Amino acid sequence: MNDMTPTREQRTAALEGMGCKRKRVEDIRFTQGKGNYVDDVKLPGMLHGDFVRSPHAHARVKAIHSEEALKVPGVLAVITAETLKTVNLAWMPTLAGDVQMVLADGKVLFQNQEVAFVVATDRYAADDGIAKVEVEYEPLPVLVDPFKAMDPDAPVLREDLAGKTTGAHGPRKHHNHIFEWTVGDKDLTDAAFRKADVTIKELISYHRVHPSPLETCQCVCSFDKIRGELTIWGTFQAPHVIRTVVALIAKIPEHKIHVISPDIGGGFGNKVGAYPGYICAAVASIVTGKPVKWVEDRIENLTATSFARDYHMTAELAATKEGKVTGLRVHVLADHGAFDACADPSKWPAGFFNIVTGSYDIPVAHLAVDGIYTNKAPGGVAYRCSFRVTEAAYCIERAMDILAQKLNMDPAELRLKNFVRPEQFPYHSALGWEYDSGDYATAMKKVMETVKYAGLRQEQADKRAAFKRGETREIMGVGVSFFTEIVGAGPSKNCDILGIAMFDSCEIRLHPTGAGIARVGSKSQGQGHETTWAQIIATEIGIPADNIMVEEGNTDTAPYGLGTYGSRSTPVAGAAIAMAARKIKAKAQMIAAYKLEVHEDDLEWDIDGFRVKGLPEKTMSMKDICWAAYNSVPPGMEPGLEAVSYYDPPNMTYPFGAYICVMDIDVDTGVYKVRRFMALDDCGTRINPMIIEGQVHGGLTEAFAIAMGQEIRYDDAGNVVTGSFMDFFMPTAVETPHWETDFTVTPSPHHPIGAKGVGESPNVGGVPAFSNAVNDAFSFLGSTHIQMPHDYWRNWKAAKSLGVFA
Amino acid sequence: MIPGSFSYHRPATVSDAVKLLADLGDEARPLAGGHSLVPMMKLRLASPEHLVDLGRIEGLKGIRRLSNALEIGAMTTQHDLLGSDEIARSIPILHEAALLIADPQVRYMGTVGGNVANGDPGNDLPALMMTLGASYTLTRSSGSRTVAARDFYQGAYFTALEPGELLTAVTVPIPPSGHGYAYEKLKRKIGDYATAAAAVVLTMKAGVVESCAIGLTNLAETALLADAAARAVIGSKLEAATLKTAAAAAEAIMTPAADARGPVEYRKHVGGIMVTRALARAAARAT
Ligand SMILES: Cc1cc2nc3c(=O)[nH]c(=O)nc-3n(C[C@H](O)[C@H](O)[C@H](O)COP(=O)(O)OP(=O)(O)OC[C@H]3O[C@@H](n4cnc5c(N)ncnc54)[C@H](O)[C@@H]3O)c2cc1C
Repeated sequence: MNDMTPTREQRTAALEGMGCKRKRVEDIRFTQGKGNYVDDVKLPGMLHGDFVRSPHAHARVKAIHSEEALKVPGVLAVITAETLKTVNLAWMPTLAGDVQMVLADGKVLFQNQEVAFVVATDRYAADDGIAKVEVEYEPLPVLVDPFKAMDPDAPVLREDLAGKTTGAHGPRKHHNHIFEWTVGDKDLTDAAFRKADVTIKELISYHRVHPSPLETCQCVCSFDKIRGELTIWGTFQAPHVIRTVVALIAKIPEHKIHVISPDIGGGFGNKVGAYPGYICAAVASIVTGKPVKWVEDRIENLTATSFARDYHMTAELAATKEGKVTGLRVHVLADHGAFDACADPSKWPAGFFNIVTGSYDIPVAHLAVDGIYTNKAPGGVAYRCSFRVTEAAYCIERAMDILAQKLNMDPAELRLKNFVRPEQFPYHSALGWEYDSGDYATAMKKVMETVKYAGLRQEQADKRAAFKRGETREIMGVGVSFFTEIVGAGPSKNCDILGIAMFDSCEIRLHPTGAGIARVGSKSQGQGHETTWAQIIATEIGIPADNIMVEEGNTDTAPYGLGTYGSRSTPVAGAAIAMAARKIKAKAQMIAAYKLEVHEDDLEWDIDGFRVKGLPEKTMSMKDICWAAYNSVPPGMEPGLEAVSYYDPPNMTYPFGAYICVMDIDVDTGVYKVRRFMALDDCGTRINPMIIEGQVHGGLTEAFAIAMGQEIRYDDAGNVVTGSFMDFFMPTAVETPHWETDFTVTPSPHHPIGAKGVGESPNVGGVPAFSNAVNDAFSFLGSTHIQMPHDYWRNWKAAKSLGVFA
Repeated sequence: MIPGSFSYHRPATVSDAVKLLADLGDEARPLAGGHSLVPMMKLRLASPEHLVDLGRIEGLKGIRRLSNALEIGAMTTQHDLLGSDEIARSIPILHEAALLIADPQVRYMGTVGGNVANGDPGNDLPALMMTLGASYTLTRSSGSRTVAARDFYQGAYFTALEPGELLTAVTVPIPPSGHGYAYEKLKRKIGDYATAAAAVVLTMKAGVVESCAIGLTNLAETALLADAAARAVIGSKLEAATLKTAAAAAEAIMTPAADARGPVEYRKHVGGIMVTRALARAAARAT
């Protein structure tokens, strides 16, 4: 070897594979304004559509007059439900087994519901047209409060369901009832509660919020009449699913539908479902023969496309007086708004909410979820979390704190006492999941040491004493949260969307010079797939990440995938990538053996190529193998070097983490200050630590927003009162706390590279950490639970109700 | 969020501008920084047929020192207030308050004239101008008049501005040297209007308040001058009981609306706290 030969470390580093803090390749275009988003799509002759929306939350639509609108220069068409009925598209199926109006059919059920679609030569003309469409409404009684939805005399919202006593998920109890979903053993759970030394019961609400990506939902539909082909550029988190939905409902053959998700400016669950805008733009394009663009504005996004949460959870815990939890009982009232448009796997009407036993070894549990209709926007999507997992984590983490308070025990100590222990994995939870791996106590203790937990509790005790003496008006809270996520939906045995199993896919094609392209069924919305997918391939097959181009989002070129949400990309698509790479590696090994004139079994893998066992000088690099694959493959072998893999995961993955938040609150104004936030995440094998850190920062910022102020609030008449960024709390860098992060690594035993997914963990674990901090701050004044969001005025209200101004 | 159509005019001088406003009548609106007007147009809450853009009128920009006042041209931006040594030296409360208006992007575009002429109770500068005893120069084709800030505001979006009139300058008397000042603004985030805010300008002599003015932002249909609260502290040493009386007197005139910032009771309560805190901070600064 001469001096120029790179060392093994240098060869490894040159790959920029797994574990490398590789800079995000997509940022080169994003930071220079060179991204290509849906609104950048401008086609010759393109028309623009926009909606007439309902000012009422519940009203009968008596008539729609479009004559004046059609006189506005530039306005070409006004599409109503009557128009859509001619092509059988006035209603569309939802992912949750319900149906939803595309345009108001006889009545409106929520404020800003789509009533008519005005198509014009430009956006200004479309909106001038909207101003001239006259709709006659007859207001109906409005149902806003979910707790009144099943009153005997509650207004009937869904007249289309009259007489239907069963829905997609079983019997309906009431005209505003959608489903009841139960899991667990009721009798055993009831028995545990009868025997318990201590029990707690609390209504824990997780208010309605919205994923609010910076780029709103939008599409361009272009129908080619000659070819009979429909091309749709859209902000789709799951482009293949959209293609299938369109094929099913528009009756266009699936191969004649081209769905393209270009760069996406954030999704967070908002861009999984199908919206009236897509249908109307497609119909308008088919009718006019011209491309039609639909772009939602901010108010429309916040008030009409999918919300998240709105779960009202009554949680009960049973425990021994020593603090061992012996049972959990939860009832959820799930407010779905006007249509059940949740984006959950088909068989899971409440998503994976049955992860609600959390990180604790709870022997018995019972869960019942009642889904109901109200006069609010439809949705219920997984906003930066796996399906309903953040609601579940919030529920159990608040309940554990409330139990600790009742037992007069430290909340961290109570958690340590009840954690599932490392030797119990794979762990079967009382509500039916099989947790793959975890070491909870180690993670919890590590965070506690970092923040000097005992010292914080001492300081808090001192401050409380000072408060009681009247020396300060500031109270201090320490929020502890420990979460277990369930991500990577999912195994075909229990997960599908519209009947399609929730696998994911990858196709890798290597070129003669040692570079290649990977096409994947997932779809990045900012997560950095172009960077991390190449890193997996780099480590697996020894081609530098820089030489791998990653392409997603074009249904004509990418293999069928179920898309990106629910932290499923790394667990499912990431596995498919590794498996496709391994197929390539297997073929590469045969080629190398042939060229090196040895038996395949005499070769071993060495960073970026094969070497002959015991003869380290005799090697063949992957780069050379690529060349050979195109000119001198072994006799009988097909030339080329490519592979496809469809990965059906054997199980979900279960990332976890321990978060601690330290907060100070001024009781006079309710103003809070996050003094410290420490987040430890265990997502198994870490592909790119820098991207993980970025994902954690982003998720924590959203969690902060949700817990501390963000909400979609309705007044009694069903008007949204938080429909813009002035009132819908979107923190800027100024409000955002400083984040400290840490990690442990417990690989997933069933995943090809041991990775678990991380994008959503911080949202799941962060919300309870903030809320527990606020609740902990007030607890010494006698409160057990204060509902989110914890914005200034509500903190003041809590302080007032606890008598601090007396 | 797409405005209706309008025609656009860009006069080069004040006389051209007021002539345009007179000729075009009711359907014309002056456009300054556009950061209140354009959002309203996008929601179609305002649909003027004509916009008269003041942006090219050089004579309306800049801060001029008069003998005992500063004259601020209407088109001086909120950001310009932050960059001015004259403001920092003579009327530092305007510097402190300008930093609390919206965010840097808004302040680069938003003007002092637009902020005071707009008539939105959420704007910060009206209460400041009332507290400082400023006056506005209003110009129309037939001449100019001066109106005190304290007489200018009549209701939400209703002011003493007559159709065809332009607010061309704001004249702010320079408070005595050694005065204490503070602007306390409670808001939910950067870029938010006040949940409640209070401006205090006072002078002290031997620990006793000699003169005092208190202004309130976003606590009623218009900015308010809290006269009774100011009278309560004059002659006092700002003892705890006096501060309490002053806060109560200020709260008594507050009539905020309930909104996403909080219910009426909360907004009045924190309004009182802003007054107390501004008084304490102003007093600590007075020499
Ligand atoms: C996100 C956001 C947050 C904000 N937060 C705050 C805040 O915290 N505090 C605050 O004070 N303001 C805030 N503002 C408003 C901002 O300060 C505006 O710039 C200001 O209210 C209006 O000034 P402008 O120059 O933009 O006027 P424009 O929007 O152009 O005009 C406003 C109104 O005044 C009239 N007008 C303007 N100039 C004149 C003139 N010379 N003579 C007669 N009439 C005139 C216009 O016709 C119009 O009716 C915020 C704005 C935004 C968009």
